[in-house]
Amino acid sequence: MALTVEVVLEGIKEIVVEVAGIDANIIAMDKKFTDDLDVDSLSMVEVVVAAEEKFGVKIPDDEVTKMATVGDAVNFIVANGK
Amino acid sequence: MSSIKRRRVVVTGLGATTPLGGDVPSTWEALLAGKSGVRKLEDEWAQDFSVTFAARVAVEPSEVMERVEMRRLDRSEQFAMIASREAWKDAGAPDIDKERLGVVIASGIGGVITMLDQYDVLKEKGARFVSPHTVPMLMPNGPAANVGLELQARAGVHTPVSACASGAEAAGYALEMIRNNRADIVVTGGVEAAIHELPMAGFASMKALSTRNDAPEKASRPYDKDRDGFVLGEGGGVLVFEELEHAKARGAKIYAEVMGQGLTSDGFHIAAPDPEGSGVTRAVKLALEDAGIPLSEIVHLNAHATSTPAGDVAEANALTNALGSDISHVAVSATKSMTGHLLGGAGAIESIFCVLAMYHHKAPPTINIENLDEAVTVDVVRDVPRDLPKGSIACLNDSFGFGGHNVVLVFKSFEG
Repeated sequence: MALTVEVVLEGIKEIVVEVAGIDANIIAMDKKFTDDLDVDSLSMVEVVVAAEEKFGVKIPDDEVTKMATVGDAVNFIVANGK
Repeated sequence: MSSIKRRRVVVTGLGATTPLGGDVPSTWEALLAGKSGVRKLEDEWAQDFSVTFAARVAVEPSEVMERVEMRRLDRSEQFAMIASREAWKDAGAPDIDKERLGVVIASGIGGVITMLDQYDVLKEKGARFVSPHTVPMLMPNGPAANVGLELQARAGVHTPVSACASGAEAAGYALEMIRNNRADIVVTGGVEAAIHELPMAGFASMKALSTRNDAPEKASRPYDKDRDGFVLGEGGGVLVFEELEHAKARGAKIYAEVMGQGLTSDGFHIAAPDPEGSGVTRAVKLALEDAGIPLSEIVHLNAHATSTPAGDVAEANALTNALGSDISHVAVSATKSMTGHLLGGAGAIESIFCVLAMYHHKAPPTINIENLDEAVTVDVVRDVPRDLPKGSIACLNDSFGFGGHNVVLVFKSFEG
């Protein structure tokens, strides 16, 4: 399946629900992981590892520090996925 | 005795999750009914093990805790949160300056299940897949730290570690925190979650565990002639200790008074009890001295008595040496016959049992004694609970740990 924005966002939603127990309906591209979704720095590591596994993409640590919003993560994965 | 007036400490809240019940009322009811919390293990690894049973908690944390919270907490931390929430609520969720609120919660082993599970992840999937929550989950101070975080305790959060004496040592530490004016309320207790094949294998290698696989509920039998080792239990207990005037000022329910503690070490062997029991004898004497009450008031004792061949008799002899002829009016209960041995949680749940024994004037029974060991000369409460005298009474809770740690606590009924 092609890694479109819609597909990746849906995948990230599933991961954040699993890790942080957030209602899937409030997860959107403009939401901040830390401030809006209760994903702290430790849980962010879980999100990243799960996303790498799900989408077969490597997310370097210096990219992770730049990912403030769900959209940042989705766009990186879409741009760097196969 | 010091002439300076000492700050007095009372118990104003109780919480627990044990093999007998998911809270204090259900645990106490099962305890008085003489029920066993020991069961055959369903786990696959246990099926061909030398010991196929243990005392798991009666209520799984998943029944009372959100999934997302659970996955960030080791099982021992889950027990601490469940018990402390009950205790805090029982105390009336006191409104207190957080800089006067402390937490002292112990564990004997810490997050051993997390450590072993994550080691499996490391070996099977690789280092990158090891959970970022691993270290906060496996650290022995994790249970205390998580409770401290939830309550926003800022007077100090501590974790004494002394194997099976840990929970009792925590209570002693909490007592001193309030006496020394570091805090007005301290949430204290002990937890353990170590029912896993590695710790079980370690205890089995020491020949410390009972192997009565054909009758698990009869396996924990302190003072019985045919006792053959302890039964591993899990769970924990939490007590709210509060400075007396602070408790009175807010009209708190007071269960009992915490009178004193005695701490010694054996300097004898890493695991075996000193057969002379001199460390225990000294700890009892120190505790009574600290409590400043006459021996005639001691009417009950919750024994450490784990159901090992050597330990039970050494303890009983030491108690007799410490109390002399006054041992004759002490009703001795070995509640591990029902709960199994909660290791770092034992001293905490047994402190709760002591507090309730003082509050209700009732000593819980000891079950599974078919033939009392002739070497045991103390007055054991057998099979059914026993009423304790009316009026002002006091009791002892003694706990010992591998390493030669001896802790004795003194609780007294509170008459207002």
